[in-house]
Amino acid sequence: MKVNITIDGIKLKVDDSLTVLEAALENNVYIPNLCHHKDLIPSGSCRLCLVEINNRKVQVIACKIKVEEGMTVITDNPEINFIRQMTLELLHVNHTQDCTNCMKNTNCQLQEVTSYIGTNETRIEQMRKNRPLIPVDTSNPFFNLDHNKCILCGICIRTCNEIQGVDALQYGYSGFDTLVCTFLNKPIKESVCESCGECVVRCPVGALIPKNMQRPSRTVKTICPYCGVGCGINLGVRGEKIVSIEGDYESPVNKGRLCVKGRFGYEWINHDERLKTPLIKKAGKFVESGWDEALELIAKNFSKYKSHEFATFSSARCTNEENYVIQKFTRAVMGSNHIDHCARLCHAPSVAGLAQSIGSGAMTNSIKEISDAASIFAIGSNTTESHPIIGLKVKEAKWNGAKIIVANPRKIDLCKFADIWLQHKTGTDVALLMGICRVIVDKNLIDESFIEKRSENFDAFKRSLKEFGLDYVEKITGVPAKQIEAAAEIYASNSPASILYAMGITQHTHGTDNVLAISNLALLTGNIGKLSSGVNPLRGQNNVQGACDMGALPVVYPGYQKVADPKAKQKFEKAWNCKLSDTPGLTLTEIVNSAYNKKIKALYLIGENSLLSEPDANHVRKSLQKLDFFVAQDIFLSETARLADVVLPAASFAEKDGTFTNTERRVQRIRKAINPVGNSQPDWWITCQIAKKMNRKGFDFKNSEEIFNEVALLTPSYKGISYKRIEKEGLQWPVNDEKHKGTPVLHKDVFPTASSKAKFFPLKYRPPAELPDKQYPLILTTERSLYHYHTGTMTRRVDGLNQLNERELVEINPVDAKTIGVNDGDKVCVTSRRGNVDAVAKITNKSPAGTVAMSFHFFESPTNVLTNPALDPVAKIPELKVCAVMIEKG
Amino acid sequence: MEKELNKILSSFQGKSNELIPALQQIQEELGYLPGDAMLYAAEFLNVPESTVFGVASFYAQFRFTPVGKNMIMVCKGTACHVKGAEKVLDEISRQVGIEDGETSADMQYTLESVACIGCCALAPCITINSEVHGRLNAKSIEKIFKRKKAEEKTNE
Repeated sequence: MKVNITIDGIKLKVDDSLTVLEAALENNVYIPNLCHHKDLIPSGSCRLCLVEINNRKVQVIACKIKVEEGMTVITDNPEINFIRQMTLELLHVNHTQDCTNCMKNTNCQLQEVTSYIGTNETRIEQMRKNRPLIPVDTSNPFFNLDHNKCILCGICIRTCNEIQGVDALQYGYSGFDTLVCTFLNKPIKESVCESCGECVVRCPVGALIPKNMQRPSRTVKTICPYCGVGCGINLGVRGEKIVSIEGDYESPVNKGRLCVKGRFGYEWINHDERLKTPLIKKAGKFVESGWDEALELIAKNFSKYKSHEFATFSSARCTNEENYVIQKFTRAVMGSNHIDHCARLCHAPSVAGLAQSIGSGAMTNSIKEISDAASIFAIGSNTTESHPIIGLKVKEAKWNGAKIIVANPRKIDLCKFADIWLQHKTGTDVALLMGICRVIVDKNLIDESFIEKRSENFDAFKRSLKEFGLDYVEKITGVPAKQIEAAAEIYASNSPASILYAMGITQHTHGTDNVLAISNLALLTGNIGKLSSGVNPLRGQNNVQGACDMGALPVVYPGYQKVADPKAKQKFEKAWNCKLSDTPGLTLTEIVNSAYNKKIKALYLIGENSLLSEPDANHVRKSLQKLDFFVAQDIFLSETARLADVVLPAASFAEKDGTFTNTERRVQRIRKAINPVGNSQPDWWITCQIAKKMNRKGFDFKNSEEIFNEVALLTPSYKGISYKRIEKEGLQWPVNDEKHKGTPVLHKDVFPTASSKAKFFPLKYRPPAELPDKQYPLILTTERSLYHYHTGTMTRRVDGLNQLNERELVEINPVDAKTIGVNDGDKVCVTSRRGNVDAVAKITNKSPAGTVAMSFHFFESPTNVLTNPALDPVAKIPELKVCAVMIEKG
Repeated sequence: MEKELNKILSSFQGKSNELIPALQQIQEELGYLPGDAMLYAAEFLNVPESTVFGVASFYAQFRFTPVGKNMIMVCKGTACHVKGAEKVLDEISRQVGIEDGETSADMQYTLESVACIGCCALAPCITINSEVHGRLNAKSIEKIFKRKKAEEKTNE
């Protein structure tokens, strides 16, 4: 509602939710302030925003008073100024007067306030206490904390509390000695700080300041290249270098927020080790070559192979345009459907499972809806580490009153925010979920009208629940029956309820069953197709959703049009003017095996580091070594690219235009900020050149926009999207025509299945393929670190991220550590049936007894040497989350 | 440690508003607030660890280092100040061989000056653990500590 107020005689109509300070600032009336920040709850600690209200001669602070109808506000008179000046001088007394050497100079709010209010230098000098300077805390690799410049406004403390929910900082000590400090006033690096830098961007003075800060000469709006959240960022460019990244406040995804990788992890872009020119292996050694020579060699060799001998690994790191061109090349030029990408290793079961049950394997809701859910069920997702910005949304939901259920074998950070934490045994998700379903059915908490109107196969599903009595479920999962009952009640009776899941669900030999169990649960309570209510697989890579959408999969063309469907085949044959194969291709894991058996002879691998990312890495190495001809295209010479015959240097996300589709199906623009380093080229350009060298038509694209227009023409869900429409803000597919506004919530009225109804699936519990035994007594599960990304090609080249997490740590429960006889920090050797890896032990309660966890970011400790390549029969995803290992002191 | 803390906090419910009494209880039992104990309290009360430290460091009553068997508090309130608290402090310092704020290496004494211990009529005064000693001068101080040291010897 709007109210009428008068500020300094100016009549204004403002929203009644505003404070006096906000109303003034919004209408360009400056009231001096230091502790106010638009993202934070007002604290009223700096006492500078004094005003007089309704002609009462009392000074009150404007940040704590809401506007009211008819209110009159005076922002400036001698009384107000007198108090403000005294307050300000007291701040200056404790502030280092070293403005010219401060990076915040000219950008400092204390300076701004001082120039407005004015100070009396003599008085300040008289009051100044000559105390020794406090040493600057330089422990964090990305920013410094200088207490001598701190004005104790508390913005950093409130940011860490209200926005991040990390609470690394708090006021410590008292009186003159008051400091912003960490637990025990230890250096920041040793605290629980996650280095997100949100406090640094909000610090009004030079107390929290980025290290090695260089001011950019221009900024370019684009999208973060790390995880699937797809945060908006502004790249700061100076000359030909990226020197800073700031969160994009206009982005509907992150509203300016970023995690540590997104904000500080950009050093790799201009890293010396970037590939700058094509490399051809001659006599076992790489020799630099020109583009022409390399492309001709590739064209000549690719032409030699029959379609069934050729395969492509596309990349979820590349743009939609590039994935489109790459799959078009594989299908139209090479006549092969053997194209796949790393989605096989993450959400293949979501694509396969959800397509069967609800018709589409994508998040049904938007990221911003998460914070409005009444209950959230996060299973198999370490949200705060793997999708940090979505993690913030879950915390926000908690603060908004939502009930949070976390199901995870490990005591992840999110457990702190959970109302119930179900610590089920690794790989027992089907039993747990079916147990929850059983409780919901038994207690009649089901949504009968939804089940009747919008679903099918409920009776068969209900019969399959018989097996999952709570005694049986408790025995399998290790979760007390009471907790299962409580979780079921919370989920079923707090609508809208949202399910978030990730690799903990999918990377199993029963990954597809897990996904189906999740959709069963959502359907049972009608929690789908509504705002904040649905099934939300959190996609891993920046463009893994897009790579799937673009048909970089063996069974579908762009827009999930099946290669086996004659109509689709005809459509694409006409569009691409060629003959296409209707035999579904091999999956990524099958391609590796076929290479081993010499059935696949040539491989075109783009932006994938299979040696670190795929299970049973030793087998992968042997398979790739058996290839006749192997082309790798990447931004760095990855461990995998070293095995290639030809290596092509690709441009990074900062050096090209295009689009990424994030986990909430939002197609967003990325923009070229600098020229490709050295002689590198965008991936789409490279693939087009190979096609042209092979004398194929249909690859004469001048820029990425032309490619996108072809995509929109052939992909129904992208039909209404154009570069012009997503200039400012991305659109969420399906976008049916040029006027359609996108689809934040899927399945509102119908499900895109043959019957237009969702389908229940009866399920049975199957244990993981490899369980611990006498020789290999522990379960190894794989994890991710907040500080690194996947195989570390990018993040391991960021010095600061390496400092924050420098080596592979095997997280071992204290009980197991005692049995093995290792202490925290000891070197250990982890062995499975497939190989062994050296790492360092970290003794922690995060891992349950009997289970250890490792990430896969470190080439020195390639965890995937250990993991089990056993596949899910439907989605062909390997069981990366469970394998049996033994640990010895190394 | 964990078992001990579990016992110490057994009468608490685990609510955040119990923070100060919980810290007092820990200090009562352990003599000071070790870092691990504060982490334990943080988890038990579901309060951020930075807040536990913030609160603990705000109040002068909480200590982060172990204290000696005998806690000497020298009053520096107005009355004691006028009656020569500074000299009292110096003399005690000479007797026990530590400065204000320190703990002796043998963990026998901790010396600390405080604002007022509330017995101005006895100024200048000190407390050693819970016993009050008033109207002090160099001689009486010497006497007190001679006796203390003798007690120690017999205890040994």
